[in-house]
Amino acid sequence: MQLTNRKVVVSNKEQSLAERLYLPAIAKGMMITASHLFKKAPTIMYPEQKRPIAPVYRGQHVLKRDENGAERCTACGMCAVACPAEAITMESAERKKGEENLYREEKYAKTYEINMLRCIFCGLCEEACPKEAIFLTDRLVDAEFERNDFVYGKDKLVEKMDKRIDVTKRQTPEVLAFKKIQGLKHNELYNGPKLNKGHH
Amino acid sequence: MTGLIIYKAIMCVAVFAVSLGVAAYSTWWERKFAAFLQDRKGPSRAGKWGLLQPLADGGKMFMKEEIIPNVSNRALFILGPSLFMITSLMTGSVIPWGKPVVINGQSYALQITDINIGVIYVLGVASVGVYGIMIGGWASNNKYGLLGAIRASSQMISYEIAMGIALIALIITAGGSLSLKDIIESQDAGYCNFVYQPLGFLIFFICALAETNRAPFDLAECETELVGGYHTEYSSMKLGLFLFAEYINMFISSAIMAGFYFGGYNFPFATEVYAALGLQEGSWMISLIGFGVYFAKIVGFICLFMWVRWTLPRFRYDQLMNLGWKTLLPLSLLNLALTIVVEYFRGTIHF
Repeated sequence: MQLTNRKVVVSNKEQSLAERLYLPAIAKGMMITASHLFKKAPTIMYPEQKRPIAPVYRGQHVLKRDENGAERCTACGMCAVACPAEAITMESAERKKGEENLYREEKYAKTYEINMLRCIFCGLCEEACPKEAIFLTDRLVDAEFERNDFVYGKDKLVEKMDKRIDVTKRQTPEVLAFKKIQGLKHNELYNGPKLNKGHH
Repeated sequence: MTGLIIYKAIMCVAVFAVSLGVAAYSTWWERKFAAFLQDRKGPSRAGKWGLLQPLADGGKMFMKEEIIPNVSNRALFILGPSLFMITSLMTGSVIPWGKPVVINGQSYALQITDINIGVIYVLGVASVGVYGIMIGGWASNNKYGLLGAIRASSQMISYEIAMGIALIALIITAGGSLSLKDIIESQDAGYCNFVYQPLGFLIFFICALAETNRAPFDLAECETELVGGYHTEYSSMKLGLFLFAEYINMFISSAIMAGFYFGGYNFPFATEVYAALGLQEGSWMISLIGFGVYFAKIVGFICLFMWVRWTLPRFRYDQLMNLGWKTLLPLSLLNLALTIVVEYFRGTIHF
């Protein structure tokens, strides 16, 4: 009975004179390597040249501000719950009087940290966020010398007022519509009688 | 007398500097050439096209920590790389780099010394170089080092025989002189020796690959099985000397092959070219052009060495020995016999 068609008969035949001389094979090999002399190297000289990346690339996160410059994040913790790598931690605080221009909602994130070494850049935090506050951007996370430096705090995550980050590529109407449905599903999940996670 | 001493000193320093310079830039070119053969870019950060890479490498080697193992034989451990380096630099002294220059009616040969046993001197010094590897590998008191040293020495001894016999055939065709100058001069009219000795050249080239311990015959330092071979225990500049001396060896064997088989500083229609340029016999321009031609041939051979290295996989040890003793030795004997018969009927040798 034949099980596979990958059977090969072992060949123990004597080498021919040309094979024993090595020289024809060596010449052939040398012609192959020589032909590569005239090929263009596909190298990308990194800091000067950069590989084009997709507009919806999932790179370093940003914590968005709204149109008035107030932080959108309300420290609800949905992103931290959604995060499969458990990379996100935060502490919440209550907004004081006079801070309305700083924080959009009454509650805000006092600290917000993402461990970039834990993060797998899946984008689930972005999907879970009900306030459109966290987004992944096409920026790359820089190399660091210390492990601790990879824990990014609010100083690195919140977008600068004078350097707003455009996330319209990731925030298309389709995405918003999808998030709305997902949000309802999430609510169903929490309020509904049975917790059937595999049935989105 | 003082003039002679100054002239010899200048020649020594010049040959020393050229050998070291070429070896340094061979390391750069080796990496660059390997990169081109493998569709890469090679060193490109240190200076334009990475041209300062040899300096950076040298600086790195000097700064590295120097480790001499406690269990090693200290004196021999230091002697090993020194001997290897000295012998590889010594061989350059008998190579004529160009036609003599005439200054104030005095002829100055572009050669440190033209001894009448030049070929034997080169072979002799090259085989003393094996002691450098052997002593280094043995003195490091390391199994891998010892194995590498044994491999290197047995390989060199095996391939020297075929190399020597190929050279005897060459010397018969080249007129019977053992002086390197005479061998190169014998090719200044007519064809280069390669035309008469193609098989001899092939044997010599393969043996030169083995003598310089380069791929596919680099079993002495094969990283995959022996860690680093004979220089496993070496670090810092001692390791640098071992690696560097190999490149000098490569340069010298390229010079010898270009001189013995491809006419050295001679080139086709040389007299016509010199006459067309209106150059007199003994002019320094002739020497310069000759040196340039010789150098181009040497660079060509260095490229060939590298091309072979980045194409072929390493031989297995038994294959290496089989090739040396059962193929190259009989072939070189056959080549010698054929040469003797042909030269006898041409009337160049008599019994």
